[in-house]
Amino acid sequence: MEYILIFISAIFVNNIVLSQFLGICPFLGVSKKVETAVGMGAAVAFVLTIATVVTFLIQKGILEPFDLVYLQTITFILVIAGLVQMVEIILKKVSPALYQALGVFLPLITTNCCILGVAILVIQKDYDLLTGVVYAFSTAIGFGLALVIFAGLREQLRLVKLPKGMSGTPIALITAGLLAMAFMGFAGVV
Amino acid sequence: MKNLRIVLNGIITENPIFVLLLGMCPTLGTTSSAINGMGMGLATMFVLICSNTAISLIKNLIPDMVRIPAYIVVIASFVTVLQMVMQAYLPGLYSSLGLFIPLIVVNCIVLGRAEAFAAKNKPVASMFDGLGIGLGFTIALTLLGAVRELLGTGKIFDISLYSEDYGMLLFVLPPGAFIALGYLIALINRFKKA
Amino acid sequence: MKKLESTLKNMLLVLTLVTAISVAILASVNALTQGPIAETQANILKEAIGQVVPPFDNNPAEQMDTVTLSGQTINIYAAMKDGEYVGSAVEARASGYGGEIVVLVGFDAQGNIYGYSILSHAETPGLGSKVDTWFQKGQKGDIIGQSLEQQELKVAKDGGTVDAITASTITSRAFLQAVKTAYLAFKGNTKEADAASSATTQVKSTDDDSSSSELTEE
Repeated sequence: MEYILIFISAIFVNNIVLSQFLGICPFLGVSKKVETAVGMGAAVAFVLTIATVVTFLIQKGILEPFDLVYLQTITFILVIAGLVQMVEIILKKVSPALYQALGVFLPLITTNCCILGVAILVIQKDYDLLTGVVYAFSTAIGFGLALVIFAGLREQLRLVKLPKGMSGTPIALITAGLLAMAFMGFAGVV
Repeated sequence: MKNLRIVLNGIITENPIFVLLLGMCPTLGTTSSAINGMGMGLATMFVLICSNTAISLIKNLIPDMVRIPAYIVVIASFVTVLQMVMQAYLPGLYSSLGLFIPLIVVNCIVLGRAEAFAAKNKPVASMFDGLGIGLGFTIALTLLGAVRELLGTGKIFDISLYSEDYGMLLFVLPPGAFIALGYLIALINRFKKA
Repeated sequence: MKKLESTLKNMLLVLTLVTAISVAILASVNALTQGPIAETQANILKEAIGQVVPPFDNNPAEQMDTVTLSGQTINIYAAMKDGEYVGSAVEARASGYGGEIVVLVGFDAQGNIYGYSILSHAETPGLGSKVDTWFQKGQKGDIIGQSLEQQELKVAKDGGTVDAITASTITSRAFLQAVKTAYLAFKGNTKEADAASSATTQVKSTDDDSSSSELTEE
C-alpha cells in the first residue's frame, strides 16, 4: 500500500518536473518530438534507478559509518558521472539495440539535475533501499510522462501562428505552466 | 575597462536566464519570492566566482581528457563549502532554498562558464566573468521572484503594496513560475527586436 | 606554462591530486563549521520550545524522551523551572495536503495546550500555509488553553468546535491530528511523575479514525 502511494504521489501529485522543478533543461530541450521524449524518459528511468541504488549504498556503507557525510555532494555527482559512462559502455556491448535507442541521451543525463536531486532526496527522506528504488522509479516515470505529454503539445504548437516575441521558449514555458496547472488537480489525492 | 566589459557582458549580452536560457531549475524552483530568488542568485554567484577563478588558475595542470571530472570536483567542493557555511550562519535561507543548494553542482551555467571562459582566460578575467554571469543570474532571479511575489501576494521583499486578498495565488504556485518566466522572456525578446 | 599531456599517468595523478586537495579543504571547513552548525540547530530548537511552553530555566533539548506511537517516533522535551516541572514540548507529525506537517506542540503541567509552532510543512502557500498562525491565541482557529482530556479537537465540518483554515480543511485536519498524536504521546509519557526519566514508553494507539482521505476543496 505504502509503495502504491509513493508511486502515485511521485508521478502525479509531486511530479518532479511540474511541481518540484527538477530536470527542466531536458524537459525544455528534448521535447520537440514525442519519439525523442520517449527515448529520453526511458534513459532517465534506467539511470535514475541504478544511480539511486548505488548512491544509497555508498551513503549507508561508506559515508555514514566513516563520518564523511559532508562529502555527499561531491561523491554523488562523481558516482553519477561515472555510472552514466559505465552504463553507456555496457549497453554498447550487451545490447546494441537498446544502445541505439538510448545512446544519444546518456551523455545528457549527467547534468540532469533530477538524478542528483532524487539521490539526495532519498537520503533526506530517510527511505529504506526498496522504498528509495520505488520512489526513484516512479519519479522517472513521472518525468517521462510529463516529457511525453509536453512533446505532444509542442508538436501541435508548431502549427499555430504566434506573435514574434512569443514563439520558441516563451510559449513553451507558458504551455508548461498550463500543464503544471492541470497536474495541480491531482494535489490532495494522496 | 576590459573587466567592466566582461561584467556587463554577463549581465546583459549573455544573461544566463533571459538570453542563454541556462540553469532553469533553480530559476523556476526558488523564485516564489524576491528574497529567495536573490539568495539563490547570490549563492550561485559565489560558486561561479570561486570555481571560475580556481579553474583558471589550474587549467594548465589538467590534461584535456580529464578536464570535465576535474572541473566537477572543483565545483562540487565550493558548493559543499557554501552548504556548510550557510547551514551554520544562514539556516533560514538554507532551509527555504533546500535541495537547490547542492544542485548548484549540476547547474549548467557553472560548468558551462568553466568550459567556455575560465579554461581559456586568465584568472582575473575569469573572476570578473563569474561576477558578471553571477550578477546577471541574480538580477534575473530577483526580478522573476519580485514579479511572482507581487502578483501572487501583493508584496515585494515582504513590503506590502496592496492587499493580499487581491493577489493571484497561482503565481506563487508552480504553474505561475512557468507562466511568469514565459512572459518575461517574451517581453525581453520584444525589446531586443525593436 | 604548457598544458600537461593527456597521458594515463598524468591523468591519474592530476585527478587524484585535485580530489585529495578538495577533500582536505572540505575536511577542514567541516571541522570549522561543525560547531556553529550544531549550535545553530540547537538554537532553532530551543527557540521553538521557548515559544510553546511556559517559561523555563533548564535546557529542554537535553531532557529529551522518545515515545513510539503508531509507528511514529516522537520527541518530547521537558521544561523545568526551579527544579519544578512546568510543561513539555512534543514534536509530532501528520500528513497534510502537500506533504508532512511537523508541529511542536507545547503542554503545560496540567496537560492544556500552551502553544504550538510549525517546524516544517509543505502546504499550499497562501492557503494551507496559514497553519502557522491560524490556530494561535486570538486567531480564528484558536486552540490555545484547551485540554484534550474531555473531548477531541475536531474541525467544525467533522462535528467539532475548531474553525478550519478557509479552504484548507485537509491541512486543518492534519494539524489537529498532529496535536492529538502529540497529546497521546504526552499522556503516555507521564513526565509529571518523573521528569528526568529517560524511559522509552510504548503507547498503544487508540486512533484509527484518521480517514483524511476524503476529498475536499482546498
